Amino acid sequence: MSLWNKHAIFEKNSIILVLGVLIVISIGGLVEILPLFYLKSTIEKVEGMRPYTPLELAGRNIYVREGCYNCHSQMIRALRDEVERYGHYSLASESMYDHPFQWGSKRNGPDLARVGNKYSDEWHRRHLENPRSVVPGSIMPGYPWLAKTPLQAETIAQDMKVLAIEGVPYSDAMITNASADLKAQGTDDDAGATALVERYPKAIARAYGDKGKAITEADALIAYMQMLGTLVDFKLYDGKANLR
Amino acid sequence: MSAAPHDKNMVDAHTGMSTTGHEWDGIRELNTPLPRWWLWMLYATIVWAFGYMIVYPAVPLVASYTTGVFGWSSRGAVTQELAALGEQRAPMVAALSKATLPDIEKNPTLLAFARAQGKAAFGDNCAGCHGAGGGGGKGYPNLVDDEWIWGGTLDDISQTLTYGIRSTDPKARVGNMPAFGADGLLKPTEISLVADYVRSLSSLPLEGKPDLKAGAKVFEENCSACHGAEGKGMQELGAPNLTDQIWLYGSDKATIVEGLHKGRGAVMPHWGDRLDAGTIKALAVYVHTLGGGR
Repeated sequence: MSLWNKHAIFEKNSIILVLGVLIVISIGGLVEILPLFYLKSTIEKVEGMRPYTPLELAGRNIYVREGCYNCHSQMIRALRDEVERYGHYSLASESMYDHPFQWGSKRNGPDLARVGNKYSDEWHRRHLENPRSVVPGSIMPGYPWLAKTPLQAETIAQDMKVLAIEGVPYSDAMITNASADLKAQGTDDDAGATALVERYPKAIARAYGDKGKAITEADALIAYMQMLGTLVDFKLYDGKANLR
Repeated sequence: MSAAPHDKNMVDAHTGMSTTGHEWDGIRELNTPLPRWWLWMLYATIVWAFGYMIVYPAVPLVASYTTGVFGWSSRGAVTQELAALGEQRAPMVAALSKATLPDIEKNPTLLAFARAQGKAAFGDNCAGCHGAGGGGGKGYPNLVDDEWIWGGTLDDISQTLTYGIRSTDPKARVGNMPAFGADGLLKPTEISLVADYVRSLSSLPLEGKPDLKAGAKVFEENCSACHGAEGKGMQELGAPNLTDQIWLYGSDKATIVEGLHKGRGAVMPHWGDRLDAGTIKALAVYVHTLGGGR
């Protein structure tokens, strides 16, 4: 039997086939995945990243629940037209506290990696209620119930505990004060805002919805979207340092 | 599989080709070789892959990876492309950033460049609120008309674009319409009176026979500080002119009463952090030329 006919061994013996498949996949994994854990250029750290605040995390949970990632990516690729439209290309470390990440793989709508501060809260409220009221050509469905549903966030401290196990640096103080921080960020005149900003730099406390009303799911989602892509100051970021 | 003996050398009588030795109900499977053209393409891709590994970054090493003969990286490529783009635009951007409004108006090439760049940036960043043509909507000012809440000169527009209105930027334009009703500054009857008075300022038809004199008194005491004694507004405070026919939220009495009760304070984000100075100037020129720039 010539060498070219050796494949018959794999085709006729299922155990050998399975072993062969495992070996090939392992090589692929070793070569493609393992280096990402130790190569300097793939684990660069940048200034400014911090874990999500409890309110942002609650909003993120709603983002995941409603499946926003099905139509919106959070990944600006290193391509000229994307950088021109959306801003600086995304860095891996910008989603280092995302479990699971929200990079998405499909853009029915625009990329949201840097949507923070791009629109007003009021715009987001109206857009979630009925996207056509602000963007006439939009094909996004409306999410009118979000603004009517009070935020259920009793379990937010537990969410943070789980994320801490996964490696997100939530301190004990952050977890103990989760509910207080959540309330402080969602209202504009809460005394806890200073402590919130100390724990989470650049966190913005304001009434994301109607003043004086209970925090809704829409408020949490808007708080999350308004911080997306705002943590890293790209005026200080040295892109050349990472060109290796 | 049948119990037929495995005879690999069995040759099919019709085609003259060997069979795999499998037999199902008397039917034998031909051992047809892969088409040559397909096989050679497979080998070619394998050869290509080795070439690719040499030219492009490919193999992970202990502390880094092979960078390929040209040292290509996606980040390096995009940085280069953006630099080339910047270089291509540089002379025009430099001319634009120095130029005053009359200069730009006199120079058709510069005006065309600013308008083209401004239009692209407007579509990406401004159209979401102000509409694709700048026509605005409820709560989002129309940029095509010649009324300006915060001023319509090129400098005013640049300032608004760079720092925003009630945005998170410390230099943002501020000035709120107070919540006269919700904060208990005015009674509901007074709000109703002043709403009728405000409607009368722009000659809108009134329901019944409201007491305009009483409304005027409430206006003078509470509103004139920002909107002016005659209701013509004050751009330094972002207080709109109430005597014209342009209404940001709506001119019906219920909307005016709502504004008086809850206050108004729409937010325009600041773009200074997001867009470079050249793009902001181009946007300002574009918005200025949309209709009623001063």
